[in-house]
Amino acid sequence: MSETHPALLSPDYLSTRTRAPLRDPLPVQPGMTELTGPLLGQGRVGVHDADLTRWAGGEAIGQRIVVSGRVLDQDGRPVRDSLVELWQANAAGRYRHTQDRWPAPLDPHFSGQGRTMTDNDGMYTFLTVRPGAYPWRNHDNAWRPAHIHFSLFGVAFVQRLVTQMYFPEDPLLALDPIYQAVPAAARERLVSHYDHQATQPEWALAYRFDIVLRGVAATPFEDEGEHDGG
Amino acid sequence: MTLLPTPSQTAGPFLSIGLRWNDGPYVVPPGTAGAVWLRGRVLDSAGDPVTDALVETWQAGPDGRFASREETGNFRGFGRSETLEGEYAVLTLKPAGVPDAEGRPQAPHVAVSIFARGLLDRVISRLYFADEQEANAADPLLNSLPDDAARATLLARPSRDGYRLNLVLQGSDETVFFSV
Ligand SMILES: [Fe+3]
Repeated sequence: MSETHPALLSPDYLSTRTRAPLRDPLPVQPGMTELTGPLLGQGRVGVHDADLTRWAGGEAIGQRIVVSGRVLDQDGRPVRDSLVELWQANAAGRYRHTQDRWPAPLDPHFSGQGRTMTDNDGMYTFLTVRPGAYPWRNHDNAWRPAHIHFSLFGVAFVQRLVTQMYFPEDPLLALDPIYQAVPAAARERLVSHYDHQATQPEWALAYRFDIVLRGVAATPFEDEGEHDGG
Repeated sequence: MTLLPTPSQTAGPFLSIGLRWNDGPYVVPPGTAGAVWLRGRVLDSAGDPVTDALVETWQAGPDGRFASREETGNFRGFGRSETLEGEYAVLTLKPAGVPDAEGRPQAPHVAVSIFARGLLDRVISRLYFADEQEANAADPLLNSLPDDAARATLLARPSRDGYRLNLVLQGSDETVFFSV
């Protein structure tokens, strides 16, 4: 098992029991196919897509927050001009999705979806509202800690990452099988930090979430190997 | 400097909020001459279709080159499909074979990622084309697999409008997955 990624079969998260592959993945030395990747660009991002607080002609309800960070590769190089996609529940913990049946209110001015491009330093910034925790049916009295879903491409197929950002000092983290599936030493990399420098007076609290994508050199990294091991 | 990578987490059941693109399935625009549909089901351990997954594809073009920002053209190289009816569908052109890490020729193939509720990390596989017998027989990755049954999990069969390959997440006919 790796030092970083969750084991695919993590039985406390029930859905893994029927969906996680049980055979070990076969290691492949990355070649052209794996060391290139889609360079998706500006055409996918509208001018307001990084601001989730104004949708359908009004203002979203909730604690306004700035979420920003740098996207780097393992060698410390900024991942520039790369698409970042984000989605989340609203302040009440409800997703704008037909399959979300939890009877918390939908917010008519919150879609929960954002997109942006990293800049020349690998920085991204979103303005959104702090998502609420929400219940799920994994086990008795199960609640997901407040989180924001992130999707990143980097510049190569091997760098593709979908993850979740959490908030500091959330008591639900200790009880969450999805967060706890991550090896203990790596968990805190998923927790954002309160960022007073970036907090905007009389406007919005700020959280910092830096993201590190795999290196793209053809030589294997220490962290590689059976990183998907069941 | 070696920084520690950010761990993966599941995309969860509501990934379509953030990851739906209207043009996702179109690696090439509809109507492109010679385009084929790659289709198939994503199945769980019970053989039930997974309807909340996302399948992404990445591949070379028919000229063996990978799409880049400079040469936008009509070939994006990248496809993305939800599985709302249990099936993914991507419209593309069959790639040329490209060399592997050691420079050995490979059969035409498409890299595949699957994201879903219940997958704490994406799973990675490859789609090969069953009608490329000669190239497949010489492919180093296919030849490294233990047996024909394992190879068969990667071979898309010709169909009415392209090719079909089911992706089996778990079970006796589990797809061969890779770590890269
Ligand atoms: Fe969620």
